[in-house]
Amino acid sequence: MVKRLTVGAHYGFRDWLGQRLTATVMALYTVFFLVKVLLLPAYDNAAWRTLFAGGFMKFATFLFFMALFYHAWVGVRDIWMDYVKPVGVRLFLHSVTFFVLVGYAGWVAQILWRL
Amino acid sequence: MADVTVRKVRPRHLSIMQIRLPLPGFVSILHRVSGAGLFLCLPVLIALFGASLGSPAEYASLQNALAFSVLGLPLLKLLLLGLLWAYLHHFCAGIRFLLLDMHVGIELPQARASAVAVLGVSLGLTVILGVLSW
Repeated sequence: MVKRLTVGAHYGFRDWLGQRLTATVMALYTVFFLVKVLLLPAYDNAAWRTLFAGGFMKFATFLFFMALFYHAWVGVRDIWMDYVKPVGVRLFLHSVTFFVLVGYAGWVAQILWRL
Repeated sequence: MADVTVRKVRPRHLSIMQIRLPLPGFVSILHRVSGAGLFLCLPVLIALFGASLGSPAEYASLQNALAFSVLGLPLLKLLLLGLLWAYLHHFCAGIRFLLLDMHVGIELPQARASAVAVLGVSLGLTVILGVLSW
């Protein structure tokens, strides 16, 4: 038996798994975030800022956003692949989606670390 | 033998208006729609998040934006309520899909029941969290 790969780059499985791992990270953060908000000492801007000023909260929130952007990349790319057939238009939409998400990552980092 | 192929005219059920989706299919397409809506509104959401943690001037502009209303309708708050539903539906349906991946609830009656649960729970949570945060 000759061992050989009969399909391409296997990125389909990687994306499938990545989509589920990032979903799990976001789901856990969502529950963690809701508990943190319910336990806030007061519902004003000062308490809100203090919540995100903590080192762990910054780390967890940034991780959430990174998971979100990877998840959105895979999900939105799937939508383009399903509905947009012309190669040029699809390449353009893929590129815009990718660069916009990279920009959002920088934006979120700036929001969190100027606190 | 005559080389004739008799082609039956088959119905092509591609008309969105004619397709009657089963409930799990309804949950599935709403998962895609809610995800797309959340993606499109990401710049708004990140901007609001940034303003909520920004300078006093930025925070004041956030308050103004939330209070902005047309004909008594607070537009931004209503958009956020819609996005809250989108997030919660995506969250609930996502958990359902993860369970289906692990072969939990793949029999038809359970799958139908969990689809109803996803629609109900996400709407219920939207009402609860919407009222709490309004």
